[in-house]
Amino acid sequence: MGSSGFSSPRSDYFPAGLRVLVVDDDPTWLKILEKMLKKCNYEVTICNLAQEALDLLRERKDGFDLVISDVNMPDMDGFKLLELVGLEMDLPVIMMSVDGETSRVMKGVQHGACDYLLKPIRMKELRNIWQHVYRKRIHEVRDIEGHESIEELYMMRNGSEKSSDDSYLFSGGDPISGKKRKDSDIKSDSSSAKKSRLVWTVDLHQKFVKAVNQIGLDKVGPKKVRDLMGVSWITRENVASHLQKYRLYLSRLQKENEVKATGNVCLQNSTILPNESNAAPGNVKSTLPMPMTESKKALYGDVIDPPKTNTSGISFGHYFGPKSEAKIQNQYSWGPGVSFMQFKQGQNPHFQSGHMFDYVHPRPSIKEPDIQVTQVQSHLTNSNSFGQISCSMWGTKNHNLDQYMFDYLESSSQRNSIHGTGSSSASRLWDEEFNSFSSRGPNATDLLEESIGCSNQEFVPQVSPHLFDSFNLDCEYPCDPVEYPMMDQGLHIL
Amino acid sequence: MLGLSVDRLRGDMNRLLALLFHQGVLDEQFLQLQQLQDESSPNFVSEVVNIYFHESEKLLRNLRALLYVLVDREFSEYKKMGIHLNQLMGSSSSIGAKRVRNVCVAFRSASDQNNRAGCIRSLELLEYEYCYLKNKLHELFQIEQQRSLAAAVRYPVLQQRPNHHT
Repeated sequence: MGSSGFSSPRSDYFPAGLRVLVVDDDPTWLKILEKMLKKCNYEVTICNLAQEALDLLRERKDGFDLVISDVNMPDMDGFKLLELVGLEMDLPVIMMSVDGETSRVMKGVQHGACDYLLKPIRMKELRNIWQHVYRKRIHEVRDIEGHESIEELYMMRNGSEKSSDDSYLFSGGDPISGKKRKDSDIKSDSSSAKKSRLVWTVDLHQKFVKAVNQIGLDKVGPKKVRDLMGVSWITRENVASHLQKYRLYLSRLQKENEVKATGNVCLQNSTILPNESNAAPGNVKSTLPMPMTESKKALYGDVIDPPKTNTSGISFGHYFGPKSEAKIQNQYSWGPGVSFMQFKQGQNPHFQSGHMFDYVHPRPSIKEPDIQVTQVQSHLTNSNSFGQISCSMWGTKNHNLDQYMFDYLESSSQRNSIHGTGSSSASRLWDEEFNSFSSRGPNATDLLEESIGCSNQEFVPQVSPHLFDSFNLDCEYPCDPVEYPMMDQGLHIL
Repeated sequence: MLGLSVDRLRGDMNRLLALLFHQGVLDEQFLQLQQLQDESSPNFVSEVVNIYFHESEKLLRNLRALLYVLVDREFSEYKKMGIHLNQLMGSSSSIGAKRVRNVCVAFRSASDQNNRAGCIRSLELLEYEYCYLKNKLHELFQIEQQRSLAAAVRYPVLQQRPNHHT
């Protein structure tokens, strides 16, 4: 494995000494990951801000081999960081999150993440991250050597026009494992190629942009761009991968501008199957609860206030107002994934959302697409099933607000993938909780005393008086047998 | 006599751990943490857990502030709560605080629906669970500390302070 002729001095002991940059705002995870990575004999740098990470990366141009970043960062969207690192430094980036929703994972992959890890992260997952570095190097060498035939076989990390892309999408398995299989078939003749990897300098990038603008973004293709750029030593594949990144970057910018321009947005839940979407950009509001094709409206991480028209006093929000002209106001974000799809439509007819689920298997625990009512990212076909749920629930279970709440929560919790654990749905978790509470029944007072003792230890000094009061209430709450029948139906938070 | 106390303490620790696992308070991630502890970082687990406590208490304070300051239908407040909850969930998953994390999941559902009453109850439950966890982990660390002191006494060569066993 170490015979691949990397220019790095660490190649003898590869993957030991791999230089990893970990970016996470959570200090507990930073510490744990640092320790885990050290145990893998990697060289670790930790960083808790995205901007800091970027600065570090820019400072030490060739100082890192791999970046691992959390998706939710306070100062910058993790996906944006991912894009920038890909564009500027061309390093492999692994995303992490507590949230394993398919749409999020999809987004990560679309933005160029080479892997998406769910928290809690186990040591064994970190042991193999070197494969991403290795793979990238191999492909870059291939790029430069320009082995056309080999490129037919090997999936490029980023999409290209070749149909070979489609084949790996449909392979039904993890594309990374698929790649790995092929990687091991490589005869390591790359030791002869002492070429450094292609870095998109400002100069090169400018030529690129000029060429793209000349041709027109909608008509552009890597071959045309390369020809126009007039740089002979870069290959079509270099251009192809850079082009894809560039498109994502542009579409995201565009979305941000659209969001700023339109202000309050209310989205319909809708189906978008790329083979039927003729979406025009624009703010489409509809009063129909039925799914309909929708534009690519992106709300990047912002839940934008729906118009406050349904002041029906339903405390759980406006999402299912009991009015016949109910505006089902669910905010969805169509990230670059949507526009990406649309771009791809013209060029890559195989790349359909229906199949997109096949190739991403980040965790066996994710069995079904996710439905998030309010959160911003949702996958295209999620919206379809979500629409169906809302309609059916609307029809049959509307007699009682509380009942409705249970049912909604129960059905939605059953459809939610539980972040990071892949265990049972939230409703069942609550059952467990309260059953275990009951089994602790006789000791409840001891626990309560401990808890009260705890609050006296001033762990939350400003708040302890509140805690004290609430614990008195809580004394009854967890052990109250009247609550249990409701527990069984699902999440009872009311 | 010294030997007995070390073994007794170890037994206590194991029993406590078993109880916490059985109750679902901790999950296997906590075991991962213990496995990470080694000679180069002998207090790794307690260091990580202390960082967790520190962060969580900040987050709990923020949640409480948001919940009791906010006026109904201030969606941005719910959104902030969602962010804090995500952070708390992430941290709790890091040390294996399963029950705390589960309550966060339920809490987040409530906040996604802008259900203030649900949020309030969730917060109370969350604080309760957190308190329980903290107590139990403190207990665990205490036993561990006693055990290592008792073990030190057993081998006088290593001891730094004599006779701290009971």
